[in-house]
Amino acid sequence: MAATEKLPVTGAGPFNAVLTWVDQRFPLVATWKEHLAEYYAPKNFNFWYYFGSLALLVLVIQIVTGIFLTMNYKPDASVAFASVEFIMREVPWGWLIRYMHSTGASAFFICVYLHMFRGLLYGSYRKPRELLWIFGMFIFLCLMAEAFFGYLLPWGQMSYWGAQVIVNLFAAIPFVGPDLAIWIRGDYVISDATLNRFFAFHVIAIPLVLLGLVVVHLLALHEVGSNNPDGIEIKKNKDPKTGIPLDGIPFHPYYTVKDIFGVSVFLLVFAVIVFFAPEGGGYFLEYNNFIPADQLKTPPHIAPVWYFTPYYSILRANTINFFWVDAKVWGVIAMGISVMAFFLLPWLDRSPAKSIRYRGPIFKGALAVFVVCFLILGYLGTLGVTEGRTLLAQVCTVIYFLFFILMPWYTAIDKCKPEPERVTK
Amino acid sequence: MSDRPEVNKTRRNILIATGCAGGVAGVATVIPFVASMMPSERAKALGAPIEVDITYLAPGEMVRVEWRGQPVWILHRTKEMLDDIKADDVKVADPKSERKPDELTPEYARNEFRSRKPEYLVVVGICTHLGCSPTDRLKAEPEPFDPDWKGGFYCPCHGSLFDLAGRVYKNKPAPDNLRVPPYTYLTDTKLLIGEDKKA
Repeated sequence: MAATEKLPVTGAGPFNAVLTWVDQRFPLVATWKEHLAEYYAPKNFNFWYYFGSLALLVLVIQIVTGIFLTMNYKPDASVAFASVEFIMREVPWGWLIRYMHSTGASAFFICVYLHMFRGLLYGSYRKPRELLWIFGMFIFLCLMAEAFFGYLLPWGQMSYWGAQVIVNLFAAIPFVGPDLAIWIRGDYVISDATLNRFFAFHVIAIPLVLLGLVVVHLLALHEVGSNNPDGIEIKKNKDPKTGIPLDGIPFHPYYTVKDIFGVSVFLLVFAVIVFFAPEGGGYFLEYNNFIPADQLKTPPHIAPVWYFTPYYSILRANTINFFWVDAKVWGVIAMGISVMAFFLLPWLDRSPAKSIRYRGPIFKGALAVFVVCFLILGYLGTLGVTEGRTLLAQVCTVIYFLFFILMPWYTAIDKCKPEPERVTK
Repeated sequence: MSDRPEVNKTRRNILIATGCAGGVAGVATVIPFVASMMPSERAKALGAPIEVDITYLAPGEMVRVEWRGQPVWILHRTKEMLDDIKADDVKVADPKSERKPDELTPEYARNEFRSRKPEYLVVVGICTHLGCSPTDRLKAEPEPFDPDWKGGFYCPCHGSLFDLAGRVYKNKPAPDNLRVPPYTYLTDTKLLIGEDKKA
């Protein structure tokens, strides 16, 4: 039997015996080594490398607070709004758990957006990390679905009308659209049936998928190894005797300690927001959502939560019918593509250098303009519509897409600096 | 690969057949789950027509009523409003309600004012873009979205504009005019919304 051939666990003092017993029946030591103690990560990680582990932390916060919220929340259109207020006012510490969950949603997107931006900076999506990037993109999509389903649950005005708008996006799909929208809602309008099923998706279906994706994301990461700010492969320079990358250090204890420092700073900021500004100035929790859903009246100003506003801007920037297709359908298509375009990055980027440190001015400029456009679109998405703003959103939308469409050309002609042999500081 | 043991064709065929049968059973099992997400019998039944008394609806006023969970607007239009609608013909995308008439505009509303009687507009107050309920800006006065505004409806979600006959302005996200529900006059001051057969 293979299990009995394993060496006994040493170095755990009084726990050696029990750990040996477990290890002979479960790959405990092997897993510990592969993913922590002997996972060699580049030694030059910087600030941007905090956000992966922070996203994981926020996921845990969301799951734990979510479990406790479901103990008092009622997914029923007639009492849902009141049950959230009940949690806020009557349940001991309920306000804290609820605000942690609602602030956590925004924190999750902040971490994930910065984590993705890190990928753009250092070319972390490039070969051999394409699949890692794709798993990450699926996590992002799941996160958007999770946030969308969750936002209906308080049954406020923004919950209701936000869901109304997003579900109607599906109705724009030719032929099957209207029936598909009815199938999603389970009714002809957003109703109790919709609330109930969104609750099921939010607390069971999507979290299960999300957790599975996080596992494969980490497995893929540990298979190919982490990228680093220099964008070079540390596995190219291994110690000939041990086979350990010369520029690698074990994840544990080096990066566990670094990440714990990041966690401390993050929790400090998180706590300040939860205690002193849980509504985030109307960006984390919109003021209109403190009004119960009224299906006869759309609030005078409606906007999604901040993390969806860039895509929302792209949606409504499409105001012209062409090729015999309605502007509405173009808006939905453009919005869909604007999210999906990230999937193609590994194949659009033809630059010889991965990291922005060794890339030429064209990519640096393109990335800067893209980020500015993304932020402008995000800001415009929180505002009402005027002609000037629509024009600005249209310009930014075009630039947004050009960043992706022209990438194979501008990255190929860009003048890159030579990459170093070994990682730098 | 020649050194692989020979495939037992009979066994292989039985495996394929079993796999197919299992697949069919799997698909058949999915059907009830997918179908369970369609509207329930109760949701389907909640579509009865409603009666609305418009005796006290003064000219220039509007009421919102609920029909099938959707807002239905009834607007009592003044003489000036009707004149403005005529002037709007050049601004709107589909002045004669010719697009998707079966879905959006019953036969008796396929006219400039999109109504049975010119004074009373009856429309479903749901934007044809993505389903928000537009807000009423009935007065003819300069608005941020249109300095030459003649009164109508403004959708706060994506900026679509509709005139006082529920006709969509050109080059706005909404593709179509607001839907006119089936309706009829039971008496001069009583509307039945949801059915147009009873005369």
